Amino acid sequence: MATVKLKNIKKTYPNGAVAVRGVDMAIEDGEFVVFVGPSGCGKSTMLRMVAGLENITDGEIEIDDRVINKVSPADRDVAMVFQNYALYPHMTVRGNMAYGLKNRGLPKAEINQKVTDAAKMLRIHDYLDRQPNQLSGGQRQRVAMGRAIVRDPKVFLFDEPLSNLDAKLRVQMRIEIKRLQRRMGVTSIYVTHDQTEAMTLADRLAVINDGRIEQMGAPIELYNNPATLFVASFIGAPQINLIPVQFDGKNLNSGDLQFSGFKDLPENTDLILGIRPDVLEPNNDGQLEMQVDLVEQHGAENLVYGALNGASTTDGYNTEICFKTDQNTQPAIDSVLKLHFDQNHAMVFNKETGERLI
Amino acid sequence: MSNINWRIILNHTILLIGVIFMSLPVWVAFSTSTHSAETILREGLQFWPGTNFIGTYREVLFEQGGVMKSVLGITMLKNSMILGIGFAIGKVIVSMLAAYAIVYFRFRLATPLFWIIFLTLLLPLEVRIIPSYEVVAGLGLLDTNFGLIVPLIASATGTFYFRQFFKSIPEELLEAARLDGATPWRFFVDILIPLSKTMIAAILIIMFVVGWNQYLWPLIMTTKEENYTLVIGIKQIYQILSEGGELPQYQKAFALTILATLPPVLVVLFFQNWFVKGLVESEK
Repeated sequence: MATVKLKNIKKTYPNGAVAVRGVDMAIEDGEFVVFVGPSGCGKSTMLRMVAGLENITDGEIEIDDRVINKVSPADRDVAMVFQNYALYPHMTVRGNMAYGLKNRGLPKAEINQKVTDAAKMLRIHDYLDRQPNQLSGGQRQRVAMGRAIVRDPKVFLFDEPLSNLDAKLRVQMRIEIKRLQRRMGVTSIYVTHDQTEAMTLADRLAVINDGRIEQMGAPIELYNNPATLFVASFIGAPQINLIPVQFDGKNLNSGDLQFSGFKDLPENTDLILGIRPDVLEPNNDGQLEMQVDLVEQHGAENLVYGALNGASTTDGYNTEICFKTDQNTQPAIDSVLKLHFDQNHAMVFNKETGERLI
Repeated sequence: MSNINWRIILNHTILLIGVIFMSLPVWVAFSTSTHSAETILREGLQFWPGTNFIGTYREVLFEQGGVMKSVLGITMLKNSMILGIGFAIGKVIVSMLAAYAIVYFRFRLATPLFWIIFLTLLLPLEVRIIPSYEVVAGLGLLDTNFGLIVPLIASATGTFYFRQFFKSIPEELLEAARLDGATPWRFFVDILIPLSKTMIAAILIIMFVVGWNQYLWPLIMTTKEENYTLVIGIKQIYQILSEGGELPQYQKAFALTILATLPPVLVVLFFQNWFVKGLVESEK
């Protein structure tokens, strides 16, 4: 059981590239924290610094109030699950799981007991004497987790552990990881670029961008209340609809479109109006007009894509729009729909700074 | 269809010609070695085996005066074995350790050092043979196995191959091992060596053959006949033949030649099996 504290962590690589620009974070005992962000944002670097695989350029990392900057990876009492599993290919499953314990000099009987227990928990006890190349991807992933579990570490570190699995397996393993973590109550840090994984696994989610935390909080909080344009567009699938607008003191304007009901916004500033696809609904009195060009049927729900008529086409933002509806609503291709949204659910951002204004 | 068959026949014909071309001299040498000295002198090289196989080979291997004045063929065979095996094992150990240091330890001179080692590939043994001799002689190690083998075991080729191989091993394995509490030595022994099995086998084969065939170095390093290797023995026996005197013992010279080629052939056959199996298994 452990807490992890990051205090103004910075990382600069020898070639001068800055990966992490000062991150503060306090992870509580038993908490499942997910770092999510686009590739190259520094999330993996942060994880590797906690693991001890990267030096810390500046700042301090504490596990259970003990500064571990100079502690070797093995003595930090953390276990890591790698993206490509990193199983020792020449050892059996048992050998893989036992290796860390053997290096710590545990008696044989105890090692055996721990390996058997962990294997049962992960349902891999039938494969204990096989080698990794005789296992499927999902089984290898379980072995990699088993290797972490047997160590009974203070902190689990997951570095995109599911990205090598196929979609179905990924969902299964995701659920299993969550259950396992809850059952064992071990503090965990999980890195991913997949926002669905991030949303579903996290107790708290840290959205990382360009070496900084953009926002950290409960997943649903980040979805409903993103602090920045980046967070709003990163969290949520399908992506939030973004419409470039300007405020004239009374209305938000975009090309021929006008949205009323907004106030206290800066004038003569480029703003972005953000509307989640599930907030939009077809309505003949709607404020938006859309020309349908694609309907994706996901089963219980349909996603309708098309062009937004009349909006200004500032560079960087196309005028595509998407909304989510039930399976029975299936507008014809090329039909024109009116869409309504409740302005209480709309968000407004400063285009320049990304800051959320409403 | 018949078109393809013709091609197969043509290919096989070419291959067969190649095989015959390469192995016929060996066969003739073997056949000739099984005839008596008189037959060879009278009738020249022999294509079919004779009846003297056991006699000649026993004389060459086990009887004093059979090949050299005092040293037995079997002793030279043993000396060659020691040289070949010591040479191969020594090279594997030294070059693996060197490659391990270069690939896994971040010290400032790693890259320049690697290139310096690599450059020594360009220098054949003969370039440094006199200074090396000086050193070994100065240490009083002439006529010892240690003096014979150790100066040869630094290997740029081996270091290069192991370096390339280590670089192909995913870095996550090292990281996982570090988190598993493996010391650098344990990582080397528990993970790198087992993963390098096929590579080690390949280098062992190559180096054994190279070591076995060494001529100049053992010739200089050995002064006593009982330390001669087979390759030196062959050279000496042909020399004795040309000096004349008695009836030239061609069959013994051929027998010694056949004996000298046998161990490398066996090593290659034996290890290659293992080596191919290892390659197939460690895939993925």
